[in-house]
Amino acid sequence: MMKRKSTKKTRVIPGFGLSFGITMTILGLIVIIPLCSLVVFSVQLSPAELIRTITRPRVLASYGVSFVTAFAAAAVNAGMGLILAWVLVRYRFPGKRIMDGLIELPFALPTAVAGIALTHLTTENGWVGSLFAKLGIRIAYTKTGIIIALIFIGIPFVVRSVQPVLEKMDPQYEEAAQILGFGPVRTYWKVIFPEIFPAWLSGFTLAFARCLGEYGSVVFIAGNTPFKTEIAPLVIMAQLQEYDYASATSIALVMLLASFLILLINAFIQSRASKKVSGIV
Amino acid sequence: MEKTEKTSRRIFRYFLILLCAVFLTVMLILPLVYIIATALREGFSAYLAAITDEYALDAVLLTLKAVLWALGVNTLFGLCAAWCITKFHFKGKKVISTLIDLPLTVSPVIAGLIFVLTFGRQSFLYDGLQRMNIKIIFAVPGVILATIFVTFPYISRELIPVLTAEGTDEEEAAALMGAGAFTIFRKVTFPHIKWALLYGVVLCTARAMGEFGAVSVLSGHLRGKTNTMPLYVELLYQGYDFTGAFAVSSLLVIMAVVVLVLRSVLEYKGKKSQERNHYG
Repeated sequence: MMKRKSTKKTRVIPGFGLSFGITMTILGLIVIIPLCSLVVFSVQLSPAELIRTITRPRVLASYGVSFVTAFAAAAVNAGMGLILAWVLVRYRFPGKRIMDGLIELPFALPTAVAGIALTHLTTENGWVGSLFAKLGIRIAYTKTGIIIALIFIGIPFVVRSVQPVLEKMDPQYEEAAQILGFGPVRTYWKVIFPEIFPAWLSGFTLAFARCLGEYGSVVFIAGNTPFKTEIAPLVIMAQLQEYDYASATSIALVMLLASFLILLINAFIQSRASKKVSGIV
Repeated sequence: MEKTEKTSRRIFRYFLILLCAVFLTVMLILPLVYIIATALREGFSAYLAAITDEYALDAVLLTLKAVLWALGVNTLFGLCAAWCITKFHFKGKKVISTLIDLPLTVSPVIAGLIFVLTFGRQSFLYDGLQRMNIKIIFAVPGVILATIFVTFPYISRELIPVLTAEGTDEEEAAALMGAGAFTIFRKVTFPHIKWALLYGVVLCTARAMGEFGAVSVLSGHLRGKTNTMPLYVELLYQGYDFTGAFAVSSLLVIMAVVVLVLRSVLEYKGKKSQERNHYG
């Protein structure tokens, strides 16, 4: 009792009640109530019906398409993002500031706009698509097209996670490695990469989670053929347009669970990595 | 020996820079150029006609309305949430910050779905809303709610790290000298978060303008009534009016470029003012 009183006394800054009240009211209206209604509605679904919905061949195929394309796009972005962050932090060259500013374009450009532009560019008569059509490769309306759209969406995540860590890295370690006779490749893998690995991984998982749920840019380029280029968010959308809320919610629950798992795995690896680092230091 | 290693390093460096330049040009700049080129391919007058179309103007107005709502609600929320999370100790802070970040991880389509479940026919709120004659789903309030939801964490996420870094010393000093909450906020806290707040506002505007998935679920797609700019672009595109679709898109491209320029200016100013606070 005494202890509680003393902690209360240390709160000298005024305005807690008002700011907390406004925060909780808005949070409640925008996030908590809608989330609760999702939970309430999901509980009412019969488990047998739920399993029947999510094991429909078309739904299973859409999960497959979503996972494969999101993973491929996040993997490409993990590679390119690492290179981009490296180039932007370590090298000086003309146009660097423009390049740095451009990275955020996918955040600023509406996804639907990006979607129609990428689709038109990659159809068989498009500027890029016609070049690939000569080689016999179709991009728009195939899985490749979906991956291209998702790469566009995911560009900033890895770059922006890795960049600050690289900037803060002490050059002493690299110098020490070089003095000890490490070549550039070995220095990179043994000294630099372990340091940026947690940030790199969290960038990858964020990009992956974002790509799994992406709708606006993919819907145009995918062609939306069932079993081939139909992504899970699109199936949810189709169910909603038929006012079949039970099916839509069932399919959405699996997606929510998947992205929750991805973020959880990331959090687990992050905490292990930070333990590892602090264990050494 | 030394020399060959140096040249090979230089070649490697040029190769990486070139790779990045090509990647960004193809993935980011080419789509922008393509949008502008297609918007203008039937001449400037066709372009003007497309963007001054009655329905296009309605879409612009609705988008503005949704953006203003999202900005108002999220700024108020961001300031209050950042203030009470960083200046006070209380239980459940972690839960609150997780809930704030939640809209970032939810797919836009699912965000739309949960609002349909909240206000739609199967909801317990439905009868009450019906009696009061309030329409949310497939109407303008739904569009606004969806926009607020998807941009929800943008401002608070910018403010919380800055305020955490500043600590509570200055506010405590001001409070002990007898200043009220609003005076402390205005004179002590606000100068620190000015640039971060503006930065958050810019990000929030960009995202609010462009939201497609969630708005698409909640909008009834009524031309001139519940169509925002991205939805109007989709409508034109699906009607094979490519010039029109790309013309309206070009407006959003211009906004995106403005946002990017503002972003780098604000980031620069924010860094400078933080440095001044730490060393000055």
